Amino acid sequence: MTNFLWLWRMAWRDSRRSRSRLLLFSAAIVLGIAALVGINGFGANLARSIDEQARELLGADLVLSSSQPIDSTLRPTLDRLGRTRSREVSFASLVQFPKGQGVRLAQVRAITGGFPFYGTWRTEPESAVAQFRQATGGQRVALVDDALLAQFNAQPGDSIRVGKLTFLIAGRVRETPGQSGFSAAVAPTVFIPGDVLAGTGLLQRGSRVQYRTYYLFAPGTDVAKTIKPLEKRLDAANISSDTIAERKQQTGRSFADLTRFLNLVAFVALLLGCVGVASAVSLYVREKIASVAVLRCLGASGSQALLIYLLQVAALGLAGALLGAALGTAVQLLLPRVFAEFLPVAVDIQVSWGAVAQGVLTGVLVAVLFALLPLLSIRRVSPLRTLRASFEEDTTAPDPLRYLVYGLIFVFITGFAYLQTREVKLALGFAAGLLVALGGLAGVAAGLRWLVRRFFPTSWSYVWRQGLANLYRPNNQTLLLIISIGLGVFLMATLYITQGLLLSRVQVASGENQPNLVLFDIQPAQRVDVAQLLTQRRLPVLQQVPIVTMRLTELNGQPTSELKKDSTSGRSRGSLTREYRVTYRDTLISSEQLAEGKLPYLAADGTPHISIETGFFERLKLKLGDTLTFNVQGAPLLTIVSGTRTVDWTRVQTNFGVVFPNGVLEPAPQFYVLLTRVPDNTVLGSVQRELVQRFPNVSAIDLGLILQTLDDILSKISFVIRFMAFFSIATGLVVLISSVVVSRYQRVQESVLLRTLGASRRQMLRITLVEYALLGLLAAATGLVMAVLAGWALAFWVFDIGFTASPLPLLLLAALTTVLTIVIGLFNSRDVLTRPPLAVLRGEG
Amino acid sequence: MLKIENLTKSYTSGGRALTVLQHVSFELRAGDTLSIIGSSGSGKTTLLGLSAGLDRATSGSVWLNGIRLDDLSEDQRAAVRNEHVGFIFQNFQLLPTLTALENVLVPLELRGISNGTATAQALLERVGLGGRGHHYPTQLSGGEQQRVSLARAFANRPKILFADEPTGNLDAETSATVEELLFELNREAGTTLVLVTHDPELANKTQRVIRLKGGQLVADSAA
Ligand SMILES: Nc1ncnc2c1ncn2[C@@H]1O[C@H](COP(=O)(O)OP(=O)(O)O)[C@@H](O)[C@H]1O
Ligand SMILES: [Mg+2]
Repeated sequence: MTNFLWLWRMAWRDSRRSRSRLLLFSAAIVLGIAALVGINGFGANLARSIDEQARELLGADLVLSSSQPIDSTLRPTLDRLGRTRSREVSFASLVQFPKGQGVRLAQVRAITGGFPFYGTWRTEPESAVAQFRQATGGQRVALVDDALLAQFNAQPGDSIRVGKLTFLIAGRVRETPGQSGFSAAVAPTVFIPGDVLAGTGLLQRGSRVQYRTYYLFAPGTDVAKTIKPLEKRLDAANISSDTIAERKQQTGRSFADLTRFLNLVAFVALLLGCVGVASAVSLYVREKIASVAVLRCLGASGSQALLIYLLQVAALGLAGALLGAALGTAVQLLLPRVFAEFLPVAVDIQVSWGAVAQGVLTGVLVAVLFALLPLLSIRRVSPLRTLRASFEEDTTAPDPLRYLVYGLIFVFITGFAYLQTREVKLALGFAAGLLVALGGLAGVAAGLRWLVRRFFPTSWSYVWRQGLANLYRPNNQTLLLIISIGLGVFLMATLYITQGLLLSRVQVASGENQPNLVLFDIQPAQRVDVAQLLTQRRLPVLQQVPIVTMRLTELNGQPTSELKKDSTSGRSRGSLTREYRVTYRDTLISSEQLAEGKLPYLAADGTPHISIETGFFERLKLKLGDTLTFNVQGAPLLTIVSGTRTVDWTRVQTNFGVVFPNGVLEPAPQFYVLLTRVPDNTVLGSVQRELVQRFPNVSAIDLGLILQTLDDILSKISFVIRFMAFFSIATGLVVLISSVVVSRYQRVQESVLLRTLGASRRQMLRITLVEYALLGLLAAATGLVMAVLAGWALAFWVFDIGFTASPLPLLLLAALTTVLTIVIGLFNSRDVLTRPPLAVLRGEG
Repeated sequence: MLKIENLTKSYTSGGRALTVLQHVSFELRAGDTLSIIGSSGSGKTTLLGLSAGLDRATSGSVWLNGIRLDDLSEDQRAAVRNEHVGFIFQNFQLLPTLTALENVLVPLELRGISNGTATAQALLERVGLGGRGHHYPTQLSGGEQQRVSLARAFANRPKILFADEPTGNLDAETSATVEELLFELNREAGTTLVLVTHDPELANKTQRVIRLKGGQLVADSAA
């Protein structure tokens, strides 16, 4: 390069008078990068916070939990683990505020020892924690979650009744390590000292109790290694362990869907940015062709001319990327605030420099790469243009550089998709999908031109003929507009469909006849009485389900204890070791569908043929005809797998992985679950009161509250989704504007001519209308069809859910795009329409 | 200085070949001035473009200052233009985003001369626009724009100047000033001049006049 400095100077000088044009270009970059930085920064903060706070998530170095008291033979060994231990017994129970006669279901956690070892237990007053820990020797003090106190307007100093005992409320719990605001709201907790637990009389047979031991180890201990030798004995005793490392992974995983979706948003926003850049720059290039021809005439080489504009674009790309990164950082600081309540960790807000750097780099790369595509043609601008205004370059010769840029763009998109998703297949899929969409749109554009030309309606009115002819005449904008508008619609619609899919997955049906109160742990002897309690109040018994707990001991004759060791089988360990909660019936309920084989039935020889839920079936790598042996509270029971069911887990039903036929489990120890619907909180209160008095072991879960909390979360998620989608939409708009503006410079000459020849304003308007309406409609429709295909593919391969899409909003999007195209198109030609032809002709020197 | 030999140019459009220039030959020595005249569509601009190396001939050769242009690449020809050639266009062709002074600077800067501001300013003063250097083309009248364009054409001290109907877009009075300036500057610098024009009066100011008709050289005052 002879004179790099001069190129910079020319780039700078030239940009002075083109800033408003370049604004569109920057806007596309700014918005795309803002979304990218916002999302990646949030993701980085979330991951870091989970990392940093994993200890607090658990509150200890190791937690062992079991649904039975720890075996006495194992206990001495376990008691030698770690430096300090804290024990907890927890269960759900109704609690009562004697002052206001309030009753509600709460989680009771009876604690002995120094829990929590990590993190702060925030209470009011602060001294309450110390008071609680010193309450040994039968002192009855409790710490109560704020949600519970708030609901009954109770204060520290009041009393609360748990089972048969009354406790003094020592403090209001604001935050407990390892418990999110969400779980505290759904199942608010009452903490009581462990040594008075027996006095409450709540530990009865059949109620669901968790026994946990929290361990504190010396700093630096490898906890996983320490408990490794114990693994077998823990498994045998059905004790599960939880370490900080495991908790980290789990927590990360539970946000996988959210993260994946946000990644998709970032990807789409960036791609829209790319489309915006490409179309804004091709607009810019068309404007600059005359200047380039002069420069060539004066002796500038092709690459010098190209570099002048490439430098401009790169500098502006950098500026746009910096601005976008700043905007994205602001968004990133906002996201944790919105999500604060139901994230398990306090995401502390920190500027994620990694995300900022990545964003800026990506922005410059996008600017240069996608601008190069239209800019390359600058090298081929002939100096002859200075002599002939209507000169057309010979563009038939292939440009090898162009193919290089295409290749680079493909690598960039695939690479970017990989960086966002960290999955090679997914990244290739994204890139391929995009390629297909692009090809489809180009095909449609070519098809349209061919069709209009081939079947030109010569008998139609002048306006129609002129508008249609605009689609295929030299220098037509059909391809550019269809591709850029179509891609914009495609990307936005895909995002919208995906959003709908994800929301539908978590949507909880809260319709009219849906149950909203679940009664658990009803003993067989209490069953009739509890049902009667409801019917007396004219409450429906919507479902009454027996539940038997059991464990899987053998699969096709092989003991599960051996199968567990085989890590190559791909069977989920959890499915082998967990406690199965099983029901029995010969039919399916409304949330189930038969997938394969038969309904559960009892064979003539007395062997139960059972039905397995499809997910379970896969996790256990089962085949129809496999035999499963269960341990039903001491007694072995051989079964044959003869059918699978799909279960809609989002419906409020009692859903089961395993269903037995009638006629086997009836004599086994079991309890019942009963579903009902209560009309309002007063009835709910009175039902709960009577239950706690007459059947203290029965627990009730107020689904209404859960539904409300879930609803709250969902609306927050959708707020964020919409907020992020806004960036994509804004970028899409930029794409639309720049692609339509491009056409202005093409049409000016012709329109002026028509005007000069006497076409009326009205005719001109209608010609423009026909042209843009056709282009907008076709682009939007094609984009939409592609989006539905892409949405289906995403549902199937990425999110693993059934495909649904509501057509109305999508059609609205298409209609809006078409209207916007027309409006922007008309707005653009206003110059031509309102000013005298001569003024327009003179306008551009 | 300029040698045109048997120059032919044809276009193929719609499968049919259209010959717009046929077997044209002439030669100019340094300092010669030449007008190309002829009716519209006779091939004047085509000939000018080929002579200046803006386009490639179908057959025949062009020598510019002893350099044979036919086999040079587009970028090599650009370098030759920057070194030896100046241009004046009918529609001025100033870069709209650059000021008058910057427009004049471009040929100098393209040569790698970074301190050409004084030269450029002197040229602007020479064409009577010393005070308008910071103005953009849109802020100048047509005549003023063409004078800036004259300053630009002479900035790199070209050996040969090509002008395609330099006064075609100007009114009579302005035309006179521009013509006067053009010939003055040309004389001072001793530049070879090739001028395309409709105006017989303007044509008569050059030493030699050739006439094109249907792409053929039909009259040459030097012959
Ligand atoms: N790119 C082209 N393709 C086909 N014909 C062309 C092209 N450029 C010029 N011509 C034709 O060449 C002829 C000569 O044009 P030109 O040199 O511009 O004439 P003049 O400058 O004398 O008016 C004209 O008939 C014109 O239509
Ligand atoms: Mg001409």
